[in-house]
Amino acid sequence: MIEIGLGHYLTLGAIVFFLGVIGIFLNRKNVIVILMSIELILLAVNINLISFSIFSGDILGQIFTMLILTVAAAEAAIGLAIIVVFYRNRGSIRVEDIHGMKG
Amino acid sequence: MIAHSIFFYFFSVIAIFSALMVITSRNTVNSVFFLILDFISVGCLFIMVGAEFLGMILLIVYVGAVAVLFLFVVMMLNVSEQKKSWFIGKKSTHIPSGLIVSVLIFLELLVVTGGWKYKENIMTTSTLVVNQNISNTHQIGSVMYTDYILFFQISGIILLLAMIGAILLTYRKREGVKKQSYINQISRDASSSVEMKEVESFKGVKIDD
Repeated sequence: MIEIGLGHYLTLGAIVFFLGVIGIFLNRKNVIVILMSIELILLAVNINLISFSIFSGDILGQIFTMLILTVAAAEAAIGLAIIVVFYRNRGSIRVEDIHGMKG
Repeated sequence: MIAHSIFFYFFSVIAIFSALMVITSRNTVNSVFFLILDFISVGCLFIMVGAEFLGMILLIVYVGAVAVLFLFVVMMLNVSEQKKSWFIGKKSTHIPSGLIVSVLIFLELLVVTGGWKYKENIMTTSTLVVNQNISNTHQIGSVMYTDYILFFQISGIILLLAMIGAILLTYRKREGVKKQSYINQISRDASSSVEMKEVESFKGVKIDD
């Protein structure tokens, strides 16, 4: 409990991942919160990679964390652009109002 | 070591609390603020555990770029009247299934984390031995710019594509906006733009426009 090891960091990553997934499912408001939940999930993945990288003495996890950061930034930019275009066309970004594909 | 555990619990409690507030707060602006708090506390954890470069990159990229982008979009779109109806959707049938899936994922991750202790010597890394005498940034640079240069280049191309895609998605031509056209300006000459007129006295020139 006092000695902080790899398990503590992995548990933190698991909890953040869980909160991100639950945020995707339970969201009723707007799509921006779903994008933020995706960012939380990617953050949890980064926590896992960095803690493994530190505790096993391998630098490779940090390299992959940088690549994940890049892809996450690109994904946020594209997703927000899609949200802006959708709002311009429909006038609403509520999750309930997005049913163009009858899903 | 006691300081390490104190700092770990401090930052991780803040991170978990702010992640909870991101998904439950009614106002979207508050969600973005708690997302920023979450990024900052996890970045502090990264710095504390020894990955200083990535902690700083997390602060710069996420807090400085991505979270500000979120704030910008929230500011541009009119989401202020959509605060209510949390859990009060018309027929929100996928809340129980979402809860089941999330709790199952969490339990699986906990089982993996807990079973970690009973497996011995699962990690014998022999590919990249880190020289511990140099700093973290130096280590990352010495690996990323040599062995993983292609990944680095591909990530740059991904960023370029994201930029082009975002610009193309949000670009629109508006009617009635006067714009400069450099081609038309440069390619006109005196014969097409100047007209000579004979002006009779006491009559003036009638300009048809």
